[in-house]
Amino acid sequence: MSEDTNPDWVGEDEIYKENILDHYKHPRNFGEIKNSFCQEESNPLCGDEVKLYVKVENGKVIDAKFVGKGCAISMAATSMLTEKIKGMAFAELEKLGKDDILEMIGVPLGVVRMKCGLLSWRALKKIIEKMGE
Amino acid sequence: MKKKQEFDIEKIRKDFPVLKNTAYLDSGATSLTPKPVVEAIKEYYLNYNANVHRAIHKLGEKATLEYEEARRKIADFINAEPEEIIFTKSTTESLNLLAYSLTRDFGRKVILSELEHHSNLVPWQQLGKASYAKTQNGRVNTEHLKELLRNSDAKIVSVTQMSNVTGGINDLKEISRITHNKNALLVVDGAQGVPHLGINVKDDDVDFLAFSGHKMLGPTGVGVLYGKKELLARISPFLYGGDMISEVSFKDSKWNDIPWKFEAGTPPIASAIGLGKAIDYINNIGIKRIRRHIDALKDYALEQMKKIEGIKIYSNGDSGIISFNIKGVHPHDVSTIMSRCNVAIRTGHLCAMPFIKSVLKESSVCRISIYLYNTKEDIDKAVAAIKKVKEVFK
Repeated sequence: MSEDTNPDWVGEDEIYKENILDHYKHPRNFGEIKNSFCQEESNPLCGDEVKLYVKVENGKVIDAKFVGKGCAISMAATSMLTEKIKGMAFAELEKLGKDDILEMIGVPLGVVRMKCGLLSWRALKKIIEKMGE
Repeated sequence: MKKKQEFDIEKIRKDFPVLKNTAYLDSGATSLTPKPVVEAIKEYYLNYNANVHRAIHKLGEKATLEYEEARRKIADFINAEPEEIIFTKSTTESLNLLAYSLTRDFGRKVILSELEHHSNLVPWQQLGKASYAKTQNGRVNTEHLKELLRNSDAKIVSVTQMSNVTGGINDLKEISRITHNKNALLVVDGAQGVPHLGINVKDDDVDFLAFSGHKMLGPTGVGVLYGKKELLARISPFLYGGDMISEVSFKDSKWNDIPWKFEAGTPPIASAIGLGKAIDYINNIGIKRIRRHIDALKDYALEQMKKIEGIKIYSNGDSGIISFNIKGVHPHDVSTIMSRCNVAIRTGHLCAMPFIKSVLKESSVCRISIYLYNTKEDIDKAVAAIKKVKEVFK
């Protein structure tokens, strides 16, 4: 089946935008951070696994990294998230909601893939809880 | 015997409107439902909606007749007696019934295989003490099964007829011989096998068999449990309540005859009648012909898929179940892209997590499953879609 016979391939509906594929193939901030806040999160249905590391000093995120494996959406979203939160103040981090993450991902996910897109954000929420304690 | 109609694929496909837009290759998860089955369900709800075995009025009589007629059709299909057929809600419920009743009556030790679907694994694991026969080329390794039976006093063996991951078809005759040699009982999970191969429970000497309506053109919400009548008469009921009793006092109760002893509460009447109609549909074509049709498409699919670079196929070629992975692409991305090409496949751990993780060493896989309404064009669309996946992720 070619692109011409399949209109879904063009336009805003396409979820495998270059940006997503680029983050998937070349994940930013891939690795671990010693002595940081760390949280694992998985999606047993897909087999997506992510471990997020966040290092905070003086109320500010000074570093964020991740390791994991999974689908393009979950990995790209995590890669983007680490870029986004670096340099953020703790207060801003707390305010980061689901909609911000979906905006960051920038492609329509649909109900089924939503879990993949929000996986690392769920890890981040747990880290924020730990930090608050 | 009535002459079987020709295998007229175009005519068959007209009964499944979904096929107009989709190359549906996920029948292993649930098969499509043909119009005559939908009509039979509609007919019950619109024209003789009544409870079974209770109502004395004409509607109740008609409902009871149709419900019991469905039971007879199912019995004939697997070469059993009607009283040996119990309606449940699913294969899973059938296997849970057995796990509860058999571990209570025959001891907790049970031998399964590594191939089992969660529905034939988790109930036994939780209620009994399970050990697992290894696999060989996608089938149960019968030598290892023998060894396990030799070294254990387990009285229950429960294995699949056909794997939902590898598509491997087990030699039930051999497995039942091995099992009965050690005076153990054989339970068979026929969820995949019965819709594709049929089964003859007497020839294969199977003690219990579980399968579902919705994987063989029937509706969801109805499953079947077959058991040899002398065994069903002996084992304890699983669900207690209405219809499964013959007499109730404040102190105690007596059980109804088989099969009703196992059918507590109002059963899935419409779904059971729908399943009876699905069996008619299959019989009109002939299960052997259906298998030949699936086999021919499977050979074609494997031939085409093997040409794709970077594909890994986990199926042994026994049946229309073809599991695979594409190097460097997560199965969910494969499925999303294929879906955009209007090809429906299954991805994930296929409800066989231990096998996928420990034996295949994967976290998930993609699966194409072929059924009687599929065509070469569906396979071509799937192959083209897989190529599209590779193009997107190149």
